[in-house]
Amino acid sequence: MKPAPVPDVPLAGRYGRFGGRYVPEILIGALHALERALDEHLHTSAFQAELEAERKSWVGRPTPLTRAARLGERYGCELWLKREDLAHTGAHKINNALGQALLAKRMGKRRVIAETGAGQHGVATAAACARLGLACRVYMGAVDVERQALNVQRMQLFGAEVVPVHALDATLRAAIDEALRDWSGDPEGTYYLLGSVVGPHPYPALVRELQAVIGREARAQMLEAAGALPDAALACVGGGSNAIGLFAGFRDDAAVELLGVEAGGRGTEAGAHGATLSFGRPGVLHGAYSYLLQDERGQVHETHSISAGLDYPGVGPEHAYLKESGRARYIAASDDEALAALRECCALEGILPALESAHALAGARRHAAEHPGARVLVCCSGRGDKDLGILAAAGGAR
Amino acid sequence: MTATNLAGRLAAARAQGRLALLPYLMAGFPEPRGFDELLLRVARRADVIELGLPFSDPTADGPVIAAAARTALANGIDFAWVCALAKRTRAQHQASLVLMSYLNPLLAVGLERALRELAAAGFAGLIVPDVPLEEGAELRALADAHGLALVQLVTPLTPLARAREIAHASRGFLYAVTRAGITGARAEPLAIAAYLRALRELSPLPVCAGFGVREPAQVRALANQCDGVVVGSALIELLARGDDPTLLLESLYAATLAGATP
Repeated sequence: MKPAPVPDVPLAGRYGRFGGRYVPEILIGALHALERALDEHLHTSAFQAELEAERKSWVGRPTPLTRAARLGERYGCELWLKREDLAHTGAHKINNALGQALLAKRMGKRRVIAETGAGQHGVATAAACARLGLACRVYMGAVDVERQALNVQRMQLFGAEVVPVHALDATLRAAIDEALRDWSGDPEGTYYLLGSVVGPHPYPALVRELQAVIGREARAQMLEAAGALPDAALACVGGGSNAIGLFAGFRDDAAVELLGVEAGGRGTEAGAHGATLSFGRPGVLHGAYSYLLQDERGQVHETHSISAGLDYPGVGPEHAYLKESGRARYIAASDDEALAALRECCALEGILPALESAHALAGARRHAAEHPGARVLVCCSGRGDKDLGILAAAGGAR
Repeated sequence: MTATNLAGRLAAARAQGRLALLPYLMAGFPEPRGFDELLLRVARRADVIELGLPFSDPTADGPVIAAAARTALANGIDFAWVCALAKRTRAQHQASLVLMSYLNPLLAVGLERALRELAAAGFAGLIVPDVPLEEGAELRALADAHGLALVQLVTPLTPLARAREIAHASRGFLYAVTRAGITGARAEPLAIAAYLRALRELSPLPVCAGFGVREPAQVRALANQCDGVVVGSALIELLARGDDPTLLLESLYAATLAGATP
């Protein structure tokens, strides 16, 4: 594999041929305002100091790096877990939600909207808005409202209004459609707190920057605890924000293989999975040119994954670029592999990972089979309490 | 038909001292069967017909048009169907046809092939709502090469300097969104008069107002403010109920005549 140079700051929102800003004119002004706000605030010492203080005292960063000795032995590798499940609200989503909510406040916005799939981004956004005194509305597919009921309750406790979306397959994609419609109604007064490295420029760059803390910490922690960089770094990929955050820390380390694990669902036919980079082709959805699960007429496919957070037909444009440049590789893990990985991680490590994160573990198991003894870093992007209902339905917690 | 033809249609309406009427139809909605007749009936009172190609994720559209798109997709409507429709009806009406499509269904056909086939089918132009000025270079070049008008949109939130650039890039006419938001919400004509007047001073292109026109009084209030009015959600709502659009179109057409001066 030959590592290709990856642009640090994308040129005009482009990652190679991917990315861009494919939105109606009504949203262009709001995206320009967001870009200006990034220039004005994001890199100032005052903003960074506030972000850093909140990360430390409210989020609980840095999150630990855990050696998973027993699970590693089972897999046949030296396994390390970056514990984003231990971040406040239980997933890496808080890194982005906190940063953007601070930005929204500096921009003078009083109302924040967000979309959510598994509910982790919704919970993180609701929590950050509660902390900063911002009104918050979260759009969530009606199917996800059902299967992630615990997170709906948490959002409501944090004062957010949760709006179920019944259109399409009533999952993450429909929630983003609806959030974009809401934003179009009041682009000047409303802040759209997008939850992944998807959407029109500058969102993929902004979310990447806020999630890069994962890879930055993990790299330093690996050097300290293992005395070496990992041979491979793995993360699950729905929209792809925890993966982009992890990969950011190792992008320039050519010897570290970057592996993204998508939702293989229950088969390779259309509608049975959410493995966009594995089975999709380029197209435009939700404001960016990237890989997309679509039919031959350019209509977007419905998707399936046992994990709501990976149940999405698009993927961040930087992942499309990393795939085509060869710097990262993408594989798919099935529902069953993810379930098995989750149970194994519980039984051998006393850690309940989210079903999303369990896909990355399933990928690590496969990688270890091909590279016995490898030093493998996995981003445990979230905790799995929210998935207990799904686990019970899938055959009991055993 | 060509881009020149589209501007010509709008100029002709203006010469008659009336606003041009631009009804929007979702291709194959409410049903593919009988849609030719519907198109021809609407064309009797239309200067330009905007024909929507359905897309699975129409994020710029409100619930009425989004629901129509779902129905049209379920009815199997696609790019080839829309081109065939335009071809077989073109000799039977005088209205200019403009395709309204999100970018992805056109990318799936291939942009060059899509624009070539639209031109061959007799379309005068196209509107692609998710391609703003900055992303439109390739599409514009192809449209120009095939004699199709790529109509650009401006909104009340577009700064004047940017609106000028957009007007410069637009062909056929300038599509003025008359309020923030998605399609289907109600417009306040008096509040937008100054906005429309400013747009008309930007360029010699005709200015057509869209998003929210539902009744004759709104059309009358737009007289002398712009060159044409788009009627979208109101028409689709009516078709969704299974009603005949003739009455609405006749009353709107009558309103385009009222108080207008050439």
